[in-house]
Amino acid sequence: MNIVVCVKYVPDATADRTFDPADRTVDRVNVPGVLSELDEHAIEAALQLAESGDAEVTALTVGPAGASDAIKKALQMGVDKGVHVTDDAIHGSDAPATSLVLAKALTKLDETSPVDLVLCGMASTDGGMSVVPAMLAERLGRPQVTFAGSLELSDDRGTLTIRRDGEAATETVEATLPAVVSVTDQANEPRYPSFKGIMAAKKKPVETWSLADLGVAASEVGLAVAWSTVESYAQRPPRQKGTVVTDDGDGGRQLVAFLAEQKFV
Amino acid sequence: MTVERLLPSAEAYDLLALVREIAADELAPKAAQVEEAAQFPRETFRLLGRSGLLSLPYPEEYGGGAQPYEVYLQMLEELASAWLSVAVGVSVQSLACYPLAVYGTDAQRDRWFAHLLAGDLLGAYCLSEPQAGSDVAAMTTRAMLSDTAEELQGPAYVIDGTKAWTTHGGEADFYTLFARSSPDRTHGISCFLVDATTPGLSFGLPEHKMGLTASTTTQVHWDGVRVPAERRIGAEGAGLRIALSALDSGRLGIAACAVGLAQAALDAAVTYAKERTQFGQSIIDFQGLSFLLADMAAAVQTARSTYLDAARRRDRGLPFTTEAAIAKLVATDAAMKVTTDAVQVLGGYGYTRDFPVERYMREAKVLQIFEGTNQIQRLVIGRALAGSPPGER
Repeated sequence: MNIVVCVKYVPDATADRTFDPADRTVDRVNVPGVLSELDEHAIEAALQLAESGDAEVTALTVGPAGASDAIKKALQMGVDKGVHVTDDAIHGSDAPATSLVLAKALTKLDETSPVDLVLCGMASTDGGMSVVPAMLAERLGRPQVTFAGSLELSDDRGTLTIRRDGEAATETVEATLPAVVSVTDQANEPRYPSFKGIMAAKKKPVETWSLADLGVAASEVGLAVAWSTVESYAQRPPRQKGTVVTDDGDGGRQLVAFLAEQKFV
Repeated sequence: MTVERLLPSAEAYDLLALVREIAADELAPKAAQVEEAAQFPRETFRLLGRSGLLSLPYPEEYGGGAQPYEVYLQMLEELASAWLSVAVGVSVQSLACYPLAVYGTDAQRDRWFAHLLAGDLLGAYCLSEPQAGSDVAAMTTRAMLSDTAEELQGPAYVIDGTKAWTTHGGEADFYTLFARSSPDRTHGISCFLVDATTPGLSFGLPEHKMGLTASTTTQVHWDGVRVPAERRIGAEGAGLRIALSALDSGRLGIAACAVGLAQAALDAAVTYAKERTQFGQSIIDFQGLSFLLADMAAAVQTARSTYLDAARRRDRGLPFTTEAAIAKLVATDAAMKVTTDAVQVLGGYGYTRDFPVERYMREAKVLQIFEGTNQIQRLVIGRALAGSPPGER
């Protein structure tokens, strides 16, 4: 069985994230990058499936040169091999363009060895669109199973069942493989790499592909053809000073007025 | 604050990144609460074991990480910055494995070493006794060779006595024991590797300590404990030499722990000094206070350089006994001073348990005491200067 996990290299959410003033895209140079924490859940899901039966797990990323660090972390966690699609023309791509590149890369992988399952995180921790898995399923013409809180394969590995926890109900969704699945942060607890994993990762194969390798024209991707762009951005304003209520006999009234004004009551 | 490190290999940078991630996510958030509750964090050690961090300095063929001390010690330092009890535990684990690693026969290593390094086991080191601390050769715990071959199990030593100050006492899975197999003061001590489930082994109540409250310390009682002779590590009577050799490496571990603790105290003090305003400005902008912080930073950096120099000597196979003693002395005295000054920087807040620095100060004290008091370190250094052998009187 072949599982491909789509992962994203994102600016560290704990660092001071910002935009590149030149073209108002996410600043990936001055902010340290990491493998998106949400994608670690997809990797963990893939590794668990691989451990419960024979499967090869590939990590696929689309991103600048530094994105190879996301592949490296995935390999350290136990993924078998990596594919890094990188091309200057991809810079500034939106979700549709990203899903196009991912779909082409998955098709190319599928030609060599059929891909049974594509796993994604539930969202990226930078853009946070959550739509790439759905777009990917559409482009590949495969069942789309999003926001899996748990996932299970049938004994013959032909069917996948997931649990999707909604606010009103919990759904059980079944799909035939091959399928595209996004995995939530409730699905599992991602493992840490081990030192042995770090050593082993150095010997695992990583392929680097350009747009030309995938038959994607530079004009199909990038900031110029993005459906949406960032017009302007500003620092989040500093937190306002708190309100102090001094009780001169009407403190209770003031408190209630404040809570009502803030729509807490 | 992330310490910028110069490491010898790409894998070491990846390793330290992993260690920092585990320290930040799994150790630091729990430390204060678990220390307050004085619980032994066994699960945390299992996580470290799974991650391969309990066996880093030992050979790959037995499941270790084959990392030089220069790298292993910087991992310890990072762990200590997040949670000293855990870092000390890792150092004790390395110490407990050392005699088998260095003095065991191939057959002994083949039989037990991979098991000790697999990550799910934790070791303890039984050397001190209530009346034999710095004067370790005053130990009275006996190991009497009995070849009565009862139960047809072959020759065995019967151990009787009490060991004191045993880190992981009652929690460990194996005990590296030093006991007297003959009356000869310095050549009558032998070393044994003992499974925790061996009958006759029992443990005192955990000591009520000033700090490191999550690190269990007990007496270990040996009451007719039958240890097969094949579990003796090294020659009969070689125990004291093995113990002192293990301590040379163990002292480097404690030096690294001390630097990690001091770094944590410095970071806490700098963060506070930037945020705290008095007389209309951040207190870090008062020269009197910034000089205090500068001296703290200088002490941390000096101590780090000192242990790394000793570690690099060890990694190259050069003698490092004196350098290890200097590193332990410098780093632990620095930790005491830096943590005390961190409390001073935080003022009244520093004296409360709402901030971690008072805990750091309590924890620093024991670093000057165990793995050879700092007076013993001076003795080792002084003897080297006098040109006399570093061993026992």
